[in-house]
Amino acid sequence: MIIGTIVNGLVIDHIPAGKGMELYLHLGLDKLSCEVALIRNAPSDKFGKKDIIKIAEKMDLDLDLLGFIAPQITVNVIENGEKVEKIHPALPEKLTNVIRCRNPRCITSIEQELPHVFRLTDAESGTYRCIYCDTKA
Amino acid sequence: MKKDLIDILDLSTDEINSLIATAEDIIANPDSYATKCERKKLATLFYEPSTRTRLSFESAMYELGGHVIGFSDATNSSVSKGESVADTARTVECFADIIAMRHPKEGAPYVASINCGIPVINAGDGGHNHPTQTLTDLLTIHREMGAFEGLTVGCCGDLKFGRTVHSLISAMSRYEGVRFVLISPEELRIPEHVRTEILDKKGIEYVEVRSLEDAMPQLDILYMTRVQRERFFNEADYIRLKDSYILTPEKLASAKEKMRVLHPLPRVNEISVAVDADPRAAYFRQVHNGKYIRMALILKLLGIE
Repeated sequence: MIIGTIVNGLVIDHIPAGKGMELYLHLGLDKLSCEVALIRNAPSDKFGKKDIIKIAEKMDLDLDLLGFIAPQITVNVIENGEKVEKIHPALPEKLTNVIRCRNPRCITSIEQELPHVFRLTDAESGTYRCIYCDTKA
Repeated sequence: MKKDLIDILDLSTDEINSLIATAEDIIANPDSYATKCERKKLATLFYEPSTRTRLSFESAMYELGGHVIGFSDATNSSVSKGESVADTARTVECFADIIAMRHPKEGAPYVASINCGIPVINAGDGGHNHPTQTLTDLLTIHREMGAFEGLTVGCCGDLKFGRTVHSLISAMSRYEGVRFVLISPEELRIPEHVRTEILDKKGIEYVEVRSLEDAMPQLDILYMTRVQRERFFNEADYIRLKDSYILTPEKLASAKEKMRVLHPLPRVNEISVAVDADPRAAYFRQVHNGKYIRMALILKLLGIE
């Protein structure tokens, strides 16, 4: 399968296979007017299979979200057909309004205005907990 | 910067030791603390009933010479009109110097603490935290046993929903040589996150057992808990499990002479009334200690020496 290279834009690489669509929607890429390619199950030496997203335009990406969904993701910045930067998103310390607390006893279940905030409590296992009720994400 | 108490781990062991020392000094010299909080006001914001905790806070503030305002039932406040916790906290800080909040929803006191400029004490938030109960437990253990190090602590009853047990384990895990015997029915076992993130992570020795009688001889502390109706979604589960572990003088017979029985109270029937006269029953002394440790806490958070 051949997908054309991009001249200026971003390539989100090493997305775990099957997570591409989730990321596409979370990042709001469906709302972009430029060309966007979502490649699923591409062969990967490292992971066997991976998803890739190519965006033919530079934009600000939510690196916290990328780091949360899969810290092994890399973002390549392309300018004039050349890779000029490679970004490795880390696990973010805090996630705000990325995921929702599912604990029916949490204060966020009755106060709709409160932001849903999760804090990284164990970097080794990638565990996030709600800052209000400590429920695991 | 203001200091709140939302979770027992907000306090270092040094701070806890200092609170215990202050509480013991208050017990020894109550008169010298009688006007420490003159002209200060404590707001008790109790969104659900809790007579014991509220009275303990109120009497603590009165014995420090301070005043108390607040509500003991959310239906009598603007909360019933739908006011948010954040707005209530912002309003109350205009009237009071410190807040003690009890709320059925987990995290509500934290929301209050980040939205107002006065100290907020979590007086219990759902099944989550109840740090002043833990301070009460710690003061009681310290007064009864003289130290925390090396104790074998048995926790019995509802270890799944019993927030006091989770907080006690968190707090006691920070002392050298403490081991836990976790006594509960299968359905009410200690949650996985307490096992993996506190006990396993810190390499704390613990065993999970079903029989209170078998565990009894090895314990220095027996922390009994109530199987609480309000923590169950299903009435049938509550009825089936509520009588699982009842402490009687017969079961206590094999306990060490210096062992102490604690209970956050109120009890239903998990400790037989016949146990009350045994010197090892420390639960009513524990209630008394609750007032003194809250006095020490109020002084600390208000920055009063």
